[in-house]
Amino acid sequence: MSQAAASHAAPHAVEPAESPLTPESWGKLGMWIFLAGDAVGFGVLLAAYGGMRATSADWPSPYEVLGINLTAAMTFLLICSSVTMVKALEWLGKGDRAKCKAFLLLTALGGAIFVGLQAYEWTHLIHAGLHIDGNPWGAALFGTTFFIITGFHGMHVTAGVIYLLAVTGAVARRPDPAASYNMVEIVGLYWHFVDLVWIMVFTFMYLL
Amino acid sequence: MAGEHKHPNYMAIFWWLAILTAIEIGVVFLPFGKIINGTLLCGLAVGKAALVAMYFMHLKFETRTLGLIAVTPLAIATLLVFIILPDSFYVDRKTVNLKPAVSAPAKP
Repeated sequence: MSQAAASHAAPHAVEPAESPLTPESWGKLGMWIFLAGDAVGFGVLLAAYGGMRATSADWPSPYEVLGINLTAAMTFLLICSSVTMVKALEWLGKGDRAKCKAFLLLTALGGAIFVGLQAYEWTHLIHAGLHIDGNPWGAALFGTTFFIITGFHGMHVTAGVIYLLAVTGAVARRPDPAASYNMVEIVGLYWHFVDLVWIMVFTFMYLL
Repeated sequence: MAGEHKHPNYMAIFWWLAILTAIEIGVVFLPFGKIINGTLLCGLAVGKAALVAMYFMHLKFETRTLGLIAVTPLAIATLLVFIILPDSFYVDRKTVNLKPAVSAPAKP
């Protein structure tokens, strides 16, 4: 078993044995388990949002109050950044580090623009009267849940941008493309998860 | 490692996600009422999330146990919804802001 694992492990791998669920690396299994935990966090927030909304008599209609034009564009932007992410991994698999780095940077740029647009949206809504403890349209919890959930997601995007830039640096430093393949695949998992969560947040907080 | 499993057609997934997003925005303005619109929107969101997980995150090509780890949070969140939901049927009077919360124009 360990013989077999050692024989096809990358030369840079330091794992003692093969991870049972993700033969490529233990890190990938670790990321999946982290994401599952993180998904519970978001799931609980969204379920609580639903609960509070269902017990409130004067919950504002989100898409009328918040507007969905900008957030629809932000959704599209995140989908695009997911595509650039898969392209980065694809090019690294083909051994092209330069293209991989370019697509990683594009992905990070997409994330940075997303956070920028979110800051713009927040500023706009705060000026319109949406506050964490109240708003002119109805239930005070509407503002509370809005800022907590979109803020929690925005924090994930911000962390993702930093993570992507760090991985881009690692790809640049390692001459062997195979040496950073696992790392790029794992940051990709995180990034797609952030996209996936936004799909849910967009539906539950803006459209419904 | 690289290219061990064949890559799905990422651009096709991208177009699906873009089209489904456009449909979602269209659904908001349909006159079918909250229940039908809500069901449609939830279905579309779950479909989009599944596309991202299956193809972008390669879950379709992973072991079944990893898939189980991935769907556990969904099961937990769904369970939680059913735990919380009965509350909304048992409140006599739904909560309303009694005072006009921050109706006074926000301080500059």
